[in-house]
Amino acid sequence: MKELLKDEVRKSRMPARLDLLQSLSGLVLGVFMWIHLVLVSSILLGKGAMNGLSRFMELSFLKEGPGGYPFVPFIIAFGVFLIFILHAGLAMRKFPSTWRQNRIFRSHMKMMHHSDTNLWYVQVVTGFIMFFLGSVHLYVIMTNPGTIGPYASADRFVTDWMAPLFLILLFAVELHAAVGMYRLAIKWGILDGEDPLVARKKFKKVKNITSVFFLTLGILSWIVYVTIGVHHRDHAGERYISSVPASYSFVMRG
Amino acid sequence: MSDPVTTQTGTPSGKGRRLKFHILRFNPQLPGDTPRMQTFEVEEQSGMTIFIALNEIRERQDPSLQFDFVCRAGICGSCGMVINGRPDLACRTLTAKFTDGEITLLPLPAFELIGDLSVNTGKFMREMSERIESWIHGEGSKECNYNILEERMDPDLAEAIYELDRCIECGCCISACGTKRMREDFLGAVGFMHVARFRLDTRDNRTDDDWYEIIGDDDGVFGCMSLMGCEDTCPKDLPHQTQIAFLRRKMVMVK
Repeated sequence: MKELLKDEVRKSRMPARLDLLQSLSGLVLGVFMWIHLVLVSSILLGKGAMNGLSRFMELSFLKEGPGGYPFVPFIIAFGVFLIFILHAGLAMRKFPSTWRQNRIFRSHMKMMHHSDTNLWYVQVVTGFIMFFLGSVHLYVIMTNPGTIGPYASADRFVTDWMAPLFLILLFAVELHAAVGMYRLAIKWGILDGEDPLVARKKFKKVKNITSVFFLTLGILSWIVYVTIGVHHRDHAGERYISSVPASYSFVMRG
Repeated sequence: MSDPVTTQTGTPSGKGRRLKFHILRFNPQLPGDTPRMQTFEVEEQSGMTIFIALNEIRERQDPSLQFDFVCRAGICGSCGMVINGRPDLACRTLTAKFTDGEITLLPLPAFELIGDLSVNTGKFMREMSERIESWIHGEGSKECNYNILEERMDPDLAEAIYELDRCIECGCCISACGTKRMREDFLGAVGFMHVARFRLDTRDNRTDDDWYEIIGDDDGVFGCMSLMGCEDTCPKDLPHQTQIAFLRRKMVMVK
């Protein structure tokens, strides 16, 4: 009751906190997605490189023998899932909430032909897609934490029918992340420097370059995973066995 | 914001192009009237603006056409309208800018329509001013002694205030804002520009806590989705992007 009265005499600070939290969670997710895609694209360097990186991410260098600690990817996926839900909940507040609002915004876009206005709608649509596809992906990783590897991941693409989902998710995530980062820079203005107009042009250029770069990287990786998955279909479930022994173990050998 | 014009308006024979104006016609005061587009043809003159063409149409073709103007020089902000999809001032937009000679004119959305291209921006601006109390809140406002000279102001500060005070309240930023179009209670860029102006003024005693009470919610600065329609259409090139970001940073720091 006391809190309710407090809000009546003094405006709640919650909108400020939520706005900041939405930006911060978006920033964390955006950076994570870019790192994630770089790691995923290690398959372009070969199965061995991808396998080595996957085992490294499982902290296999702390353990003697093959494999690492599958709970590490689980913890990462779970943490990302929590931030993902938080960000989705916060960002949802800005979505058009009625058909009327949606219709007005669509007609506004049609009238203006204004790229930044259109990009916001791209964020709404890609964000909506990610609610579902992102959740599926994260759930699968959380429930199968030890199955990241050249064959296991490729099997997931082909044998487990995740390839179409990953392709849509790739476009949704990379477009959403690049536009989101651009909007973050505009929204808070801390990187504006001397001339905000010049800075905005630069931000947009960086946005376009990152979109193209990560989409290209993602599509190429997708093709490679699908190719490996198709060839490995008859042996689905079998894991990749590295012919090169791990040489970076920190474990004391007797 | 008008782009620099390089197109020749006249033909080699000296006769101007035939411009086609597609104008929304609707008078809400007339019972049974429905919105429709009407096309007028006007011969282009050198240096012709949309405003001049509209006067030509009203004088020679249809005296019932409604649109607003006062200064004809981009100062009063009365002749704002949507010109080929973008809110702008009719008096500052040269017809030569439109190479195909086809010009569509609509009234500014988000404002009460008076008729045809005329909207009631005054009502909106008054409500906005009352909402943010866009006047100096100083000690002197209670007891005004005209015999005491006003305290001197640093010229750089005066210059900075003047820069933000250039807003002519034309309403282009409001009509160009997708957030404002979707959410009627959203303050809009013109309001933020006024807040930024008074926040800067040392004669105004309001603190950031006071400003938070006015713009510290999703109808205020936290509702802005940075669509940049305001920044890209402001006929006075006001720094909306910078000022809204600045206010957001200040408001998020309020404890």
